[in-house]
Amino acid sequence: MASGAIESFDNKARREFESLGRTRVYRGELLRHPVYTRVLHWTVALFFFLALFTGFGIYLPWLFRWFTPFFGGGPLSRQMHPWFGLGFVFFFGLQVLNWLAPMLWTAADTKWMRNVHKIVSNEEKMDPPETGFFNAGQKVQFWEIVGGCIVFIITGAILWGGAKYFGGTAVAVSYVLHDISALIMLGGIFIHIYQSTFGEPGTFQAMIRGAVSEAWAWTFHPAWYKQVTGRDPVQACEEARRKMEGRR
Amino acid sequence: MADRKTLQADQISGHSGASPGLGMQRDLEVCKLIDTTTCIGCKACEVACVEWNDMPFQPTTFDNTYQTMPKTNWNFWNLIKFNEHQNADGTIQWLMRKDQCMHCADPGCLHACPADGAIVKYANGIVDFNQENCIGCEYCVSGCPFDIPRFNPMTKKVYKCTLCSDRVGQGLEPACIKACPTGCLKFGSKEDMSFIANERANQLRENFGFQNAGVYDPQSVGGTHVIYVLHDATDPERYGGLPKNPTIPWSYTVWKWLFKPVLGTFALFGFLGVLAHYVTSGPRMAQPEPPTKEETHG
Repeated sequence: MASGAIESFDNKARREFESLGRTRVYRGELLRHPVYTRVLHWTVALFFFLALFTGFGIYLPWLFRWFTPFFGGGPLSRQMHPWFGLGFVFFFGLQVLNWLAPMLWTAADTKWMRNVHKIVSNEEKMDPPETGFFNAGQKVQFWEIVGGCIVFIITGAILWGGAKYFGGTAVAVSYVLHDISALIMLGGIFIHIYQSTFGEPGTFQAMIRGAVSEAWAWTFHPAWYKQVTGRDPVQACEEARRKMEGRR
Repeated sequence: MADRKTLQADQISGHSGASPGLGMQRDLEVCKLIDTTTCIGCKACEVACVEWNDMPFQPTTFDNTYQTMPKTNWNFWNLIKFNEHQNADGTIQWLMRKDQCMHCADPGCLHACPADGAIVKYANGIVDFNQENCIGCEYCVSGCPFDIPRFNPMTKKVYKCTLCSDRVGQGLEPACIKACPTGCLKFGSKEDMSFIANERANQLRENFGFQNAGVYDPQSVGGTHVIYVLHDATDPERYGGLPKNPTIPWSYTVWKWLFKPVLGTFALFGFLGVLAHYVTSGPRMAQPEPPTKEETHG
């Protein structure tokens, strides 16, 4: 019942946004992210960085006192931070609804995680054939942010209300958890940005234009490639290699 | 204090031996003594505080007590708390305690505050807020074991009793002291006030039958620069919620001074980590990679 309502909401949103924007998919490419997903992603990113940067001024004001003036000074940073945070959690919440199905953990993900060192060290040129629309690393990042958002919402509400409503101890504990959650997310965002730009070239356009090359798809998400094209990813890769070598 | 030291006699004509008093220095730590046993609840100190600090008069909140309002406010720093306490033998004690900042030697607000220069503790023991540096995060409110700092929603900053640091800096007593008609408020060096307070507590124990009379100067916050004489020092809670054992939350000492900078650095290692990955392992390319130049190495 609830999942049906979520699905119809998501479908409606995707349809509406498709009329607002466009996704060009050229020959040799696949549609990766529709307009709705991309708009959500960048809205979440915007609010994330606004909340992060205003949060810096609260986390270590002596280190970021040169920085807080960009947000109108310390007190205004402090005033806006919870609103930016709410925006981040709200739009990420929509993204959660949008991505819930492909983000569910599977046995293949556990296997992927056990071999993560081979992928990080570039030993395995291609992802294992079971890797679907999202790999296990992306799922970990996703669920970390879900957990982080829950921590942010609970501790953030306590910090926002303050000791007046929740008592000194609750605030003193909340601010530590709020900080730790932010630090984990900050560490994760470096990896996220790196992987989607320099780390795996060809990924960034998935969130910009919405399309990726077929080669990118069969390399990093073979099961997804197979699902949308019906072709075997390893064979497709070998074919491309032969073609490339024949041309030489 | 500088003037007092410069006017110490350094050399004296025709005087044998060392100059008397040279190098002597009075204890610089100030202290406010509040004797709850002689307070009559006249609220002159409340008025003097509002007057001197140029704050508007407030409408009182009537809650069937003599108290002006339930709690201190951002523009009302000095509040007499009234409590009708029933003793074990059925007799009633009408307790009055002047509630304000305690000016702790180890201030929880200062530990909690992340903003550079928003809270200072002077060498004379006064803990003062500099609102121009305050970012209004209200951490001090949760760090204070006495529930003193108050947030002003208009200016988005926090305020509290300054122990009239502006008056004390000029050699004057705080405004509340000046207004007190019974002498239950005293002001001087910490040493002197502790002496007077202990003498008074002795007197209460020996001559007035208050066996548990004592001085409230909680050592869990390193002592305070506002001390009380209480009829019953074993139960300060009855005086409008004076904590028996005030403590600073551990997160403001351990987390703030140790883990905050250390773990912040760790988060930056995320950046260094991906940089290191790029220069050592290099990017993962979509397969097949176009053959470029012939490899001559590795």
